[in-house]
Amino acid sequence: MMDAVATIPPFETFYAEHAGEVLRLLRRRLGRDRADDAFQETFLRALRAYDRLGHGEHLRAWVLTIATRVAIDTHRRAGEPAAELPELPHADGRPAYEELAFLTDALPPKERAAVVLRYGYDLDYDQIAAALGSSSDAARQAASSGVRRLRRRAT
Amino acid sequence: MTVPTDLDRRFRDAAVQARLLDAGYDVVDSPVGPLLVAATEQGLLRVSFDAGGDPAESLEQIARLAGPRVLRAPRAVSAARLELDEYFAGRRRGFDLPIDLRGQAPFTVSVLGELAKVPYGHTRTYGELAARAGNPSAARAVGTVMNRNPLPIVLPCHRIVGSSGSLVGYGGGLERKELLLRLEGAIL
Repeated sequence: MMDAVATIPPFETFYAEHAGEVLRLLRRRLGRDRADDAFQETFLRALRAYDRLGHGEHLRAWVLTIATRVAIDTHRRAGEPAAELPELPHADGRPAYEELAFLTDALPPKERAAVVLRYGYDLDYDQIAAALGSSSDAARQAASSGVRRLRRRAT
Repeated sequence: MTVPTDLDRRFRDAAVQARLLDAGYDVVDSPVGPLLVAATEQGLLRVSFDAGGDPAESLEQIARLAGPRVLRAPRAVSAARLELDEYFAGRRRGFDLPIDLRGQAPFTVSVLGELAKVPYGHTRTYGELAARAGNPSAARAVGTVMNRNPLPIVLPCHRIVGSSGSLVGYGGGLERKELLLRLEGAIL
C-alpha cells in the first residue's frame, strides 16, 4: 500500500510538469480569456481526486482529459456546441491509445473517453470519474455501453 | 508554454482557500539562508535548511508524511513567514504557531516538547534536556533527536549545547547555530 502511494509524485512535481501543456490545450479550445478560469478549474479538479489515484502512471493523459472535460463544460455553459472528446491522439502518442483509436473514434465523446481511459490507460473508475467530472458509477456505465456499442459494430 | 505568474499564483491561492492541500510550502528568506517551510491544516510540519537547490527530496519527504497533495503555496505558510521574519528582526522571542508532529516517535515528541520550553537567549545541555524528558541517561538519544529536528529555529535545538558549553553540532551546520545564538544574545 505504501509503495503504491509513493509512486504518485508530490502534486507540485505533477503540476510543474503539465501546467504549460494544459494551458496550451485550453487556450486552443477556449481562447486566451476563458482559458485562465478553465486552467484553475482543471487543476482544482485534479487536486480533488489526486489523493485517490491508485498509481502515478499516465498522469499526463489523465490531466489532459480533465482539461478537455473542463473546456467542454465551458462551451456548454456558454451554449456553444461541445467539441469532440478527447484531444489525446494529437497530444499523446502512447501505443495503448493508438491501438484503440481506430476502434473508438466513432463512439460518442463520453463513452470514448471512458473506454480509452479504462482499457487504454488502465485507470480505475474513480480516476475516470474525476477526469470526466462524473460519478464512478456513471464512468463505469459509459465504459460498458461504449464496449457494447463496439461489440455491436464488430459483429 | 510558461504559465503567467499571476495565473499560477491564483491557482495556488485557490488551492489553499479550497483546503485541498495535504501540505503547502514556500521558501522563506532568512539571515541563515533560504528556509523551506511547510504546513498542514494542523500546523507547521517542516522547516528545512536545504531550500537552495532542488527541493524534490524535501517534497517527497513531506508527501510521505502528509499525503501527495503537496504544493508550493505562499498563503499556506504566511503565518509562519510572519513569525520567522519577526524572530530574525529581533522582535519575537517565542513562536505561537501550532505545530504538526505527525509521524514522530513518542520519545521524540516528548523531547521536542521539553525543547520548546527552553527560553530565548538561554542554553541547556543535552543531558539536562534528557533529564527533563524523564531519562537522564539518554543524552546521546537526545542528540539524535536534535539532529533530526523537523522544525529547527521554531523548536530551538540551537539552544542545546555540550556539557562544557561548546556548541557540539547542528543539523543545519555549526555556523548557523552560532548565528542564531548570537542573534538571541546567548553568546557574544
